[in-house]
Amino acid sequence: MQLLQLVISGIAQGCIYGLIALGFVLIYKATETVSFAQGELMMLGAFGGLAGMTLLGFPYWLAVLCAIAGMALFGALLERIVIRPILGQPAFSIVMLTIGIGYAARGLITMIPNIGTETHTLAVPYKDQIWNLAGLVLNVEQMVVIAVTAALSALLYLLFRYSKLGLAMQAASQNQLAAYYMGIPVKRLNGIAWALASAVAAIAGLLLAPITFVHANMGFIGLKAFPAAVVGGFSSLPGAIVGGLVIGIVESLSGFYLPDGFKDTAAYVVVLIMLVVKPTGLFGEKLRKKV
Amino acid sequence: MRFIFKTDYMQDIRLAQHAGQVFWYGALMLALLAAPWLVAEYWLAQLTFILIYAIAGLGLMLLAGFTGLFSLGHAAFLGVGAYTQAVLTNAGVPFAIALACAAGLSAGVGVVVGLPALRVKGVYLGMATLSFGFIVEEVLARWESVTGGNAGIRIKQPDIFGWTLSSGGAFYFLCLLITVLATLGILNLLRAPTGRAFVAIRDSEISAQSMGIHLARYKTLSFALSAALAGIAGALYAHKLQFISPDQFDILQSIDLLLMIVIGGLGSVHGAFLGAIFLIAMPQAIAMVKDYLPPTVGQAPGLQGLVYGVVLVAFVLFEPQGLYGRWLKIRTYLQMFPFYRKGMFKRQKTFQKSDRLR
Repeated sequence: MQLLQLVISGIAQGCIYGLIALGFVLIYKATETVSFAQGELMMLGAFGGLAGMTLLGFPYWLAVLCAIAGMALFGALLERIVIRPILGQPAFSIVMLTIGIGYAARGLITMIPNIGTETHTLAVPYKDQIWNLAGLVLNVEQMVVIAVTAALSALLYLLFRYSKLGLAMQAASQNQLAAYYMGIPVKRLNGIAWALASAVAAIAGLLLAPITFVHANMGFIGLKAFPAAVVGGFSSLPGAIVGGLVIGIVESLSGFYLPDGFKDTAAYVVVLIMLVVKPTGLFGEKLRKKV
Repeated sequence: MRFIFKTDYMQDIRLAQHAGQVFWYGALMLALLAAPWLVAEYWLAQLTFILIYAIAGLGLMLLAGFTGLFSLGHAAFLGVGAYTQAVLTNAGVPFAIALACAAGLSAGVGVVVGLPALRVKGVYLGMATLSFGFIVEEVLARWESVTGGNAGIRIKQPDIFGWTLSSGGAFYFLCLLITVLATLGILNLLRAPTGRAFVAIRDSEISAQSMGIHLARYKTLSFALSAALAGIAGALYAHKLQFISPDQFDILQSIDLLLMIVIGGLGSVHGAFLGAIFLIAMPQAIAMVKDYLPPTVGQAPGLQGLVYGVVLVAFVLFEPQGLYGRWLKIRTYLQMFPFYRKGMFKRQKTFQKSDRLR
């Protein structure tokens, strides 16, 4: 029973990591750039929801929708202004660029007087509710996280499988030159990929807000999404979610069964083991590099 | 315009290419030697920090700029060096031996970190080093019997052959000496076959392998040397601050080191120094400008982070070769006046180096 409880809370935490890793893998598949700004985008999404509810006075659902739409727009703008000029440069430049964006976003939020430096609560309708189900005590906030992640994964699956946009994105990520030849607007799709990734990050932030509260250092939680992406495999979208779940469950179990201090490092130990045993991840593809 | 007419192979690999360089670097050395009598105590302390960060930057420049292995957890080596020095100095070990042990232990940790590096490339290497960074930070925080945990350790002042370095000026000369030795060492390494092997690995691993360069050996060597330099820098950092705690060596410190070498100029020894000057000078500059800004902007705590982020983004977008690259462009313009052409330093975009090739 205790084990099941731990596993469920691990799955909930893992869903958050999985969502951020999903955005991360989306961007990697589309443009082969590694984006370290996903954690900060999540933080901005949470603050967006907070601003919608407190500053603009929207009800919860409207604030959530506005935050997601706003972050999607922000992601597309970011891609257009900052990322597009830099494509084709060595990968390290792009990594440093996204690290810089994250730094600047964190600094900017901290600069907002009275709001940036404090921890806020987001007034969600399902706050602090508990379900008692067959002897298990389930936190409704965690259940919502799992449910939304499942729904979002299903939606993205349908998008990529059946819609023209999804097929075009898959084509562009598999072979960009051929996609150009087929008349697919690859640059615009990169913008859409960034917008989608930012929207997913915003959803993750809004889901995480009741659990960890909204503060400027939320982005560091997103750092655990990189082990999730590595475990799942960088080029695999379902792998991102699965990797997130693995990391979440490992973290939850090691927090309980292992001595103090292993909880934070368990995820990273898993990454190292994965890199030694199977570097391309659980679902990744093995690629050869030409000279 | 200066023409260097080469008649000898040694001219290619000489440290000073021409008399002008000898003059200017000599003048720089004289100015640095005279610094304790020229500048105030506070600025001397900042100069000492610049030298310490420059040593760490040299290490990271060797790893990232010259071998192409990007390490996102370099602060871990800094921390290992600092804590080794702290523990050994508090136990009474002489300074030189403690420094050697700090460098050696950091090099050992570097080899351990480098082992997965032999199998993975690019972003996966970044993830592996990031993970190591977190693990080392956590170990430093939890191993309380040795490191004192999150409460930190106080360190005694360095004691060289019975002569305690208690003044800022004396410690400054120690750091200057170690920096000069480290720089000469790195310059020598780079003009030797080992250094050329590192650069070959950066440019194309498969080509390097086909030229007979043993990848595993040179990558491990690069990690070890880079970690040793970071360990030495960490040891000096510990002595300078006289108090260290694990949270000084977290991922933000790693990102600061990376920021330093990217802004300084990736792939050049000058870049490490220029980056260190930027890293230490920027907070001072922000502090000076703060009073002229409106209070909501000037007194906000996040201003420094915002400025760092914006400057990093601006450098990556507009000046990818960093401060040293900008200096090279200015110097070339002045040297070739009026024949400087606009496209001389244009970046080449390469899409062929994609990791996905089907």
